[in-house]
Amino acid sequence: MTTAPFVRPEQQQEANHLGIWLFLATEAMMFGALFFALTVVRLRVPEGVRVASGHLDKLLGTVNTGVLLTSSLLVALAVSAARRGRQERTAGLLAGGAGLGVIFLAIKAYEYQKEFSEGLMPGPGFRLHDHPGAELFFNLYYAATGLHAVHLTIGVLLMLGLSARVLGGYLRLPERAESVELPGLYWHTVDIVWVFLYPTLYLVSG
Amino acid sequence: MTVYTPDANTPAARPRTYIEAGYTLRSWLLTTDHKRIAILYMISITGFFFLGALGAAAVRLELLTPKLDLLHADGYNRAFTLHGVVMVWFFLIPSIPTVFGNFLIPLMIGARDLAFPRLNLLSWYIYVLGGLFTAYVLVAGGVETGWTLYTPLSTKYAPGHTVMAAAAIFVVGFSSILTGLNFIVTIHTLRAPGMTWFRLPIFVWSHYATSVILVLATPVLAMALILLALERALGIGVFDPDLGGDPLLWQHLFWFYSHPAVYIMVLPSMGVVTELVTTFAKKRVFGYEFVAFASIAIAIIGFLVWGHHMFVAGQSMYASMVFSFLSFLVAVPSAIKVYNWTATLYKGQLDLRAPLFYAMGFIGLFVFGGLTGLILASLALDVHAHGTAFVVAHFHYIMVGGAVSAYLGALHCWWPKMTGRMYSEFWGRISALLIFFGFNITFFPQYILGWLGMPRRYHSYPPEFQSWEVLSTAGAVMLGVGYLLPLVYLLWSLRYGPRAPANPWGASGLEWRVPSPPPKHNFEEIPVVSWEAYDYPPPQEEQG
Repeated sequence: MTTAPFVRPEQQQEANHLGIWLFLATEAMMFGALFFALTVVRLRVPEGVRVASGHLDKLLGTVNTGVLLTSSLLVALAVSAARRGRQERTAGLLAGGAGLGVIFLAIKAYEYQKEFSEGLMPGPGFRLHDHPGAELFFNLYYAATGLHAVHLTIGVLLMLGLSARVLGGYLRLPERAESVELPGLYWHTVDIVWVFLYPTLYLVSG
Repeated sequence: MTVYTPDANTPAARPRTYIEAGYTLRSWLLTTDHKRIAILYMISITGFFFLGALGAAAVRLELLTPKLDLLHADGYNRAFTLHGVVMVWFFLIPSIPTVFGNFLIPLMIGARDLAFPRLNLLSWYIYVLGGLFTAYVLVAGGVETGWTLYTPLSTKYAPGHTVMAAAAIFVVGFSSILTGLNFIVTIHTLRAPGMTWFRLPIFVWSHYATSVILVLATPVLAMALILLALERALGIGVFDPDLGGDPLLWQHLFWFYSHPAVYIMVLPSMGVVTELVTTFAKKRVFGYEFVAFASIAIAIIGFLVWGHHMFVAGQSMYASMVFSFLSFLVAVPSAIKVYNWTATLYKGQLDLRAPLFYAMGFIGLFVFGGLTGLILASLALDVHAHGTAFVVAHFHYIMVGGAVSAYLGALHCWWPKMTGRMYSEFWGRISALLIFFGFNITFFPQYILGWLGMPRRYHSYPPEFQSWEVLSTAGAVMLGVGYLLPLVYLLWSLRYGPRAPANPWGASGLEWRVPSPPPKHNFEEIPVVSWEAYDYPPPQEEQG
């Protein structure tokens, strides 16, 4: 199937792929700037960052990393199922990926709540005021994980929408497997951002 | 094969043009035709150009006298900030790509539209949304930080609407990203059969290089602006040394985008000038491959020079040395282009029309701006010139003398193609000359003032500088007339100008082989390209 301005189907396919990869490059550059800021802060106030990072819940962070990696596995399997034209399996795997995304967000929300009750939320009640830089670390932690959560929420909605369309037969497989593959690439990118956030935030306490 | 013959414009043979495709407002606001979106962009950026010019007018009027008398101090700061923000993000960065890139790239490569037409329209709406944010900032009272939004001035001390201004720039950035993404994908996937990379007009090469910068640099600015807004609104501390942050971090993030952004402004201009020079010298561009790769080299090296804005900001001396060296290096591909344009003109059959006037104006002013850039790239000299009117003069030679001249040159060259009407050659030349001389009278004195120690962004100065400042303001008046003239005679030509033939300049590009204005789908059949770029005399004339 070809729509204007394309003449040949493979032309359109190449354009869609290049388009999504360029978009993902912009995501990488945007988060890259945030990682740069996190690195600068760590170099300037290593002690504050070490102490603050030590107060993050390593167990929950690690579990969440596992949850997200597994979700990427499901999405990758969904793409391969879509290519083989297996509608129900594709829809199920996409919904499973989205479900793990929701679990990730729930664990993250629980973590935020826990940090709040432990006095780790920046502001007057912040408990680590004696450690210069600790509050800044937590600010960046919330900015980074918050922005990541926004991206993940978009991903969850995308996957649920896709799953419903595949199940309802609105998305014919395997002809439109590309429509599963491209949002899948977005999902993996959001996953990879977390794979970098996890050590940068949770594992720098030594 | 749809190479139209020269009589393609006779009424019987003429297909319905993109303008005739619909006359309702709805047909314009919901269009996905790249040509119509280009016109939408042209109208909006022209509005912002004159808005930005108002800021400049206020600054130049205030500087007529050594003391502060026309504006109050904050008002002066707001005037130059308005001028900078609007001119950079709402005129210069979108100007040539969104108007001429949008209109011409599909025509030049033999495609019916950009790869993602709806995304193209979305980018215009995002631009308008960013523009509305800017209008709000303006009405609410403005910003006084300068377009560079340096911390801690922007995060702590300036009283204006900084967060809203950051939001406006953030939003308009997405419009840039979408345009860049669309261009890259289009150039990769929609070239007509036979249109190999080395048959592409240099205009397309330079837009490709520009798009790479738009896509890779703009997201960094987006994140920097998010951090700036968080710092200002919530005091997160990332730019605040009291909390462990670093104010210099802002400058790094900002210039990581904003120096490449200078190349976003000038690379499309270089593409335009290459087209103008070849078109009006009737010659293939000298050293095609060098000119093409010079664009790519500028885009790549341009990413690695941002530190030259921080030579006196406490940056490591060794980092400064590397940045200085790389800044010198980026002058090499720029110089290659200038030499090759000159070599193209040499022994060409020069057709001295208004677009070539603008192109030659560009070359002269760009050389001047570039050479003074080398002075600023030298560590020791920059200590003297940093933060003075010398810097202001330098980047105006590139961004105004260069980019705006090229924009106007492009406007004249492709006006017949876009509108189907010929502009007045006489007034075109007059305005090109007025702009060239007006520009020099405005900004050359600022080199001298800066070298004598006049800081930029100051509203008062010692009385002995007054004669230079008055000269500069007088030049600005001339420049203003030069910019207003095209607005008048181009609009006049829409109604009274003679009808344009398909190829008024005898140029060789594919865009000249379709009627003026082009039909809605550009090409009835996708052309098969069997000739090299700048194949003079064009095959069409041989056929005719």
